[in-house]
Amino acid sequence: MSTFLQSLLIAVRALRVNKMRALLTMLGIIIGIAAVIAMVAIGSGASKMISDQISSIGSNLLLVLPGSMTSGGMRSGSGGYQTLTYDDAKAIKAECPSVAEVAPSVRGGGQVVYGNQNWSTVLYGVTPEVITVRDWTVVAGRNISQSDVDGAAKNCLIGQTVADNLFGSADPIGKIIRIKKIPFTVIGLLGKKGQSPQGQDQDDVIYLPLRTAQRKLLGSQFPNTVGSIMVQAASAEVLKKAEEEVTALLNQRHRVGPSREADYTVRNLSEILAVSEQSSKVMSMLLGAVASISLVVGGIGIMNIMLVSVTERTREIGIRIAIGAKKRDILLQFLTEAVLLTTMGGIIGMLLGVAGARLVATLVGWPTLISVNTIVIAFAFSAGVGVFFGFYPARKAASLNPIEALRYE
Amino acid sequence: MGEVVRLDEVAKVYTMGEERVEALRGVSFSVNSGEFVSIMGASGSGKSTCMNILGCLDVPTRGAYLLDGVDVGRLSQNELAEIRNRKLGFVFQGFNLLARTTARENVELPLVYGQVPAARRRTRAIEALERVGLSGREGHFPNQLSGGQQQRVAIARALVNEPAIILADEPTGNLDSKTTVEIMSIFQELNSQGITIVMVTHEPEVAAFTGRQIIFRDGLVISDTSGAPAASAAPEEVHGP
Repeated sequence: MSTFLQSLLIAVRALRVNKMRALLTMLGIIIGIAAVIAMVAIGSGASKMISDQISSIGSNLLLVLPGSMTSGGMRSGSGGYQTLTYDDAKAIKAECPSVAEVAPSVRGGGQVVYGNQNWSTVLYGVTPEVITVRDWTVVAGRNISQSDVDGAAKNCLIGQTVADNLFGSADPIGKIIRIKKIPFTVIGLLGKKGQSPQGQDQDDVIYLPLRTAQRKLLGSQFPNTVGSIMVQAASAEVLKKAEEEVTALLNQRHRVGPSREADYTVRNLSEILAVSEQSSKVMSMLLGAVASISLVVGGIGIMNIMLVSVTERTREIGIRIAIGAKKRDILLQFLTEAVLLTTMGGIIGMLLGVAGARLVATLVGWPTLISVNTIVIAFAFSAGVGVFFGFYPARKAASLNPIEALRYE
Repeated sequence: MGEVVRLDEVAKVYTMGEERVEALRGVSFSVNSGEFVSIMGASGSGKSTCMNILGCLDVPTRGAYLLDGVDVGRLSQNELAEIRNRKLGFVFQGFNLLARTTARENVELPLVYGQVPAARRRTRAIEALERVGLSGREGHFPNQLSGGQQQRVAIARALVNEPAIILADEPTGNLDSKTTVEIMSIFQELNSQGITIVMVTHEPEVAAFTGRQIIFRDGLVISDTSGAPAASAAPEEVHGP
């Protein structure tokens, strides 16, 4: 241990002699480590943002949408017809064992008025389950109830953005607002949800009881149809099974067969998450590869300078060997010097990387995530670079012939 | 007085490419404890090779070298390093102090490799510097000292772990005549305290300070003033450069 401490002292002294050179040598490592830290921080921040947005839709979800229909050889596009009904939704809930919850909805838009304020927003006709399925909360008042839906009550839940625009800071609960000129009572306020993965404001929304929306507001061509059905599987493991069950049930209910193509589509939202996670993983790997290359280049710089240093100090090495230093002592001395260079570079790089990530976070507004893991790995990596690239010069120093080394001018 | 050094028919052959160079061709002599010996000879006579072998920096090709009774030729690299550290003290022509390192730290260096604790190193280094008359200069760097003072630091470094023998390779080669006398007086004084010294020089005036002169020529000892029988001089032979 004391030998190590001694080598450390010698190394510190040797580096102090050539401060500028030491700093320039470290630069490669500094840039490499700073790049790794900053890129990993920004990369993991970005992927967390994406996965947060995706999971803000809700978890373990399938989305059933109306499909195309063929009439007279003409195929409509996806969603061209309202082919799904509230009864389909009820059947899915009742007959598919892997399904936990079902939330059918219809969608429309409209002008909302309260007092002298008005606002244009998105209207959804929903059932009470929508809150569970979408992982949402009612922060004030109460949720829509099944009797609201069945009785087509003129009650509504409003999102934060709508509340801000109509009521400002006043309490909206119990107030009467006019939606498309029909008066509705605000019974609840939704919690803040933020942006969707597509960048839409999810809080700019009003939830109405499904039947109310179907009858009074949206004026659907076919009564009882729904625009989409969100299906929540009991768990992530049975999501695939739930998809099969829903498909089988709807095929049966819609008489889909060889002569009739499916008039609906089932989308697995978890797949979107998986794809985006995959792509951010690939991105992180690319960034990591670029950063590793700069670390390797930095390491080569260290090796180069250590070789120069060994040559310059040939005489010193000769003296040390003559005085009784063993090969191991010389090896350790130069290895310590190389590792000290890289770890110091690593620490400076780490500070710069963290600062850079913070700067990006405040300037561009990207979230950054700096984990202890990244820092520990970066530190270990920089020390590893020192050992790897310092070994050859150190071995060269240790195997010098003392007679020639002492004669070296 | 015991025998500190014994060389027995020591030969050293270097092979450079296809050429064989016989630097030593069978050298035998011994040095007793407390002796002050100078080794003289023209360049190429083998005196430096002999010094390297005495200093355990090189091993003989043939023959045996016993240092303090130990056959050095059988030792490993690490064991040789330990011998150099504990039994030998070196003084070089070019002083060979570490730059940017204080006098005291230079003197401590052998103790560092000898695993001596820091506090003990310090007191011993200060004692050794006192013995060569450099008290008060412990904190000076080599470039703040004159040549004679630097060589005295080097002598202190050679003394500090109480070696069996001090080996000096042209210790006055870089010094003026006044300083030469100064340094030689220090060696004489250390010798009078019982320290064994072997010194290589090519100046007869310097050799005159020593008690015994061994003269090398063409890899053989041709004269030894100890009265002990020197190896018979080889017939005159002309060697190429």
